[in-house]
Amino acid sequence: MANAAIATGEPTRPKYGSMSRDRTWALRWSYFFLVLFAIFFLMPPIYMLITSLKTSAEISAATNPWWISNPTLQNYIDLLSQNHFLVFFRNSAIVSICVVIMTMLISVVAAFALARMKFWGSATLATGVFLTYLIPETLLFIPLFKMFAWVNEVLGIQLMNHWWTMIILYPTLTVPFATWIMIGYFASIPKELDEAALIDGATWMQTLTKIFIPVALPGIIAATIFTFTVAWAQFLYPLAFTTSTSELVLPVGIITTLIKGDVFNWGQIMTGALLGAAPPLIIYAFLMDYYIAGLTAGATKG
Amino acid sequence: MAQVTLRKVVKKYDEVLAVRGIDLDISDKEFIVLVGPSGCGKSTTLRMIAGLEEISGGDIAIGGHVVNDVPPKDRDIAMVFQNYALYPHMNVYENMSFGLKLKKTPKDVIDQRVKQAAQILDITELLDRKPKQLSGGQRQRVAMGRAIVRDPKVFLFDEPLSNLDAKLRVQMRTEIKKVHQKVRTTTVYVTHDQVEAMTLADRVVVMNGGLIEQVGSPNDLYHSPATKFVAGFIGSPAMNFITCQLEQAAGALRVRLNDTLSFPVPADRTARYTPHVGQPNLMLGLRPEHIMETRPHTEPNQHDFDMLIDVVEPMGMETLVYFTVNGREICGRVNPNAGAAAAQSMKLRADLSNMHLIDDSTGKVL
Repeated sequence: MANAAIATGEPTRPKYGSMSRDRTWALRWSYFFLVLFAIFFLMPPIYMLITSLKTSAEISAATNPWWISNPTLQNYIDLLSQNHFLVFFRNSAIVSICVVIMTMLISVVAAFALARMKFWGSATLATGVFLTYLIPETLLFIPLFKMFAWVNEVLGIQLMNHWWTMIILYPTLTVPFATWIMIGYFASIPKELDEAALIDGATWMQTLTKIFIPVALPGIIAATIFTFTVAWAQFLYPLAFTTSTSELVLPVGIITTLIKGDVFNWGQIMTGALLGAAPPLIIYAFLMDYYIAGLTAGATKG
Repeated sequence: MAQVTLRKVVKKYDEVLAVRGIDLDISDKEFIVLVGPSGCGKSTTLRMIAGLEEISGGDIAIGGHVVNDVPPKDRDIAMVFQNYALYPHMNVYENMSFGLKLKKTPKDVIDQRVKQAAQILDITELLDRKPKQLSGGQRQRVAMGRAIVRDPKVFLFDEPLSNLDAKLRVQMRTEIKKVHQKVRTTTVYVTHDQVEAMTLADRVVVMNGGLIEQVGSPNDLYHSPATKFVAGFIGSPAMNFITCQLEQAAGALRVRLNDTLSFPVPADRTARYTPHVGQPNLMLGLRPEHIMETRPHTEPNQHDFDMLIDVVEPMGMETLVYFTVNGREICGRVNPNAGAAAAQSMKLRADLSNMHLIDDSTGKVL
């Protein structure tokens, strides 16, 4: 009897809000903040683009800074026909590419050893690697001056005022972080995978090259992009250690050659900054999917 | 010939003894299953045979050669892991041929062996798929294929079926047995599932607390367990253990469970059990299938007793009944048509011809 009574009765409907309406509101709020965020971060590059298309006269005139009355490519033509700018660009490119290669060669192997080949002190070393990343570079360039002087005295090699010195310097910033990213990435690869390779007859080096590097490719690409960005945008070290125009890299070059005394050539500065920002932007665009996959690796299973 | 011999093998992690000196002889072509609860040292033992763990003491020999310091790749073994450990960036063919390629085996030999193994395992049409495009069962097959193509002296399986669902597990179990019958390679298989151990093994090694409790054929372990641990571990539902006393009356022995329950001991066991009359800490071990309903039209005998049933679990082909004796829950297996019902009294019969008498202080079966 009791069963029959339950079966014939209508189920009660307690009042709740609509699930889809809740979701719509959540989406509206997220769009609102995302748009705010996008405006905030896109404003400077857009301002750079607008200014780079103006003449010096228009820039200094008291008109609407967000409007171009007489668009011109003169800034681009001037900058690209200057030999300096191309030299800075070349220096930056060579330095960045060499730094990426050096960093990846060191940090992939180091991370593999630290993450996988359990040896005495490996955990402490892994922490140590990360701690070195925490030391601000501003604290390092005075000791580096002393070291350069010592190298010059003892070995007779002048490291000051050469663009290639940056190839030795930047890895001190990039290797710890790239190694740290890679340790995390390698640690997320199941242990059985290298054990299987070990039983299959692979040496440690073969395990690294044939199993770990292909499997960890997203992580390696993430580390590569990071390294390139750091090397490309590095400002403090080249400012401190290079002075001759032919030895400058792009970020320092633009500032030192386009600001003469108190005369700011805003049009060309903006053009140079915009052109300088292009290579990392292009690399990001191509490798974005890998980059995101790399940074979120191991967050969830499969 | 590939016997595997373990002599006084010890594994110590810092201060913890994971394996406490075990001896084991595995003969050529034998299928050995190491079984035990988690933390009993079975996986550690397997990994020591594989060379993935260094041994802290004793000797391990494969095919008559001590391999204590031989790296895994030179031990001529193949291992199948619980999570398959397939190389995710390689397709099935590359996964299976990886080991042979590293050994610089000629291409045509590799091709022939991979195709042959694929045929044995029925995965020929999967050869150019990536692991992530395969189901759990298919991945397990590929992992086995990777082991087979290398034609090793010994196969090692580390809980290979634990990640599969129940139905597939039963299917793959049969598959593994078939493969072993085809390739006849010495096999060491680790599992915590005693059913898997019973169904697959030529001999089962029951481990507990880093020691071997008993080695024997599945039937031996089931019918003649050496210890209380083995008696309780093998068989599902587990053996019932009831505190008891052994009494002598008129030349015959009786097991007394409490004031109201006592059963005569079968005559053929009298001589064996007589020394233990009056001994404290005795336990009667009786499997659920040896507690059944009394059949109608049979003579009432001294093994019958009435019991209030607590819980009834119909299983289809049989019904499990649970009741309480001496404060312990006891399980019996009765015919589904016997009319068992919870909170009702039922007439049951204990078949003591398969009883075990256990000294609870030593854990030994007497």
